[in-house]
Amino acid sequence: MSDVKFISPDTLEQAVDVYSKSSKEGKTKILAGGTDLLVQIRSGISQPDTIIDIKNIKELKEISNDNGSYTIGAAVAGAVLEEEKNFGNNWPGVLEALRLIGSEQIQGRASLGGNLCNASPAGDSVPALIASGATVKVHGPEGERDMPIESFHSGPGKTNLKNGEIVVNFQFPKKQKNSGDAYLRMIPRTEMDIAVVGCAVNVTIENDKCVDARVALGAVAPKALLVEDASKALIGSNFEKEAVEKAALACEAACNPIDDKRGTISYRKKVSKVLFKRALEKAIERAKKG
Amino acid sequence: MAKIQVKTKINGEKTEFLCQAYDTVLDVLRRDLNMTGTKEVCSTGDCGACSITMDGRLVCSCLVLAAETEDKNIETIEGMAKNGKFNVLQKTFLEHAALQCGICTPGMLVAAKSLLEKNINPTETEIRYWLAGNLCRCTGYDKIVKAVQAAAEEIRENA
Repeated sequence: MSDVKFISPDTLEQAVDVYSKSSKEGKTKILAGGTDLLVQIRSGISQPDTIIDIKNIKELKEISNDNGSYTIGAAVAGAVLEEEKNFGNNWPGVLEALRLIGSEQIQGRASLGGNLCNASPAGDSVPALIASGATVKVHGPEGERDMPIESFHSGPGKTNLKNGEIVVNFQFPKKQKNSGDAYLRMIPRTEMDIAVVGCAVNVTIENDKCVDARVALGAVAPKALLVEDASKALIGSNFEKEAVEKAALACEAACNPIDDKRGTISYRKKVSKVLFKRALEKAIERAKKG
Repeated sequence: MAKIQVKTKINGEKTEFLCQAYDTVLDVLRRDLNMTGTKEVCSTGDCGACSITMDGRLVCSCLVLAAETEDKNIETIEGMAKNGKFNVLQKTFLEHAALQCGICTPGMLVAAKSLLEKNINPTETEIRYWLAGNLCRCTGYDKIVKAVQAAAEEIRENA
């Protein structure tokens, strides 16, 4: 333990350079808010010999808005993002998903990038990011690339990042007129818990018709899912009962959950339908407001 | 065995210390700097007993590495009373008997102060949600909420 290195580079290039070299020699961990990593270190699940704190890198802490398209640094904390009032007006579902994670103390540190890289199937912000259609920019030894959020994970705790790659920021599409997003999760208590099921919905409405829809589920499969069959069922509909029911059944069919103390397989499947309908209602309400 | 040298500011005072990579701010405060007002309970960010602020942001000091505090402004419970005078929250906590065993109290006070710096007129619900990350097994929370409400009222009257 006494040989553990702590490095806080100022640039992305330095960070990638150190990360790609040190992760070949030993176990390196990237530190963002630390709300998962420090718990893992203390419990012995993770014992890195190098810790790279990426919070001194400008790009990872930046929030920018280019003509309605937001770019959010991977290490921006929940409490900081909330203060960016216009982001919450554009992407209330993403903000509410991130803000559901932990207490105010956790919100002072926890970030979208950390939640994504921790790769828990129950990470709250991930379904909301998928539904928003955001992409994630990663920087590695071979340069930069953009990934859709839905293809970022390969399983519980696992990502498709290559050696030396670091998550830089999230790029959100320009919010469409008459669109709205929402995220809801089911937990047995009112707060401070891990999702049994999470569902995010993002819809765009024109003349009462659904012209675009993205539906994502969390905590019901080895990774968060984009439910394309649910989107298909909604697009072109007037959100009539049959279309909504068809989309709900698509959500249920997409579930491949575990059976544990938080929820059984059949419970999680059933709740995914209910939660989808409620999240859809909320998203429609927001879309109608503009 | 190279230790990491950190220069930071704690309660307005420039402070330097040496630490290991895995040391948390909480470890350094209690073990090396003899600032034991900040309590250690769960060490996993669940209970809030170790609450401090870093650059004005409420955090659990058990979830911040000491090495991360370079050039930061740390505020702990030790900095709450000024010139021997209680902060209004410390006073209302006593007046409302908002503590019993006292272990959660420093964290509760630091968190409540952080709320009132943001919002001097919080609703009961806002207070309860803000303090949801601070666990208390003695009071049942009611007296704590009332003490925070009383402090907020006093701040508003003196504003």
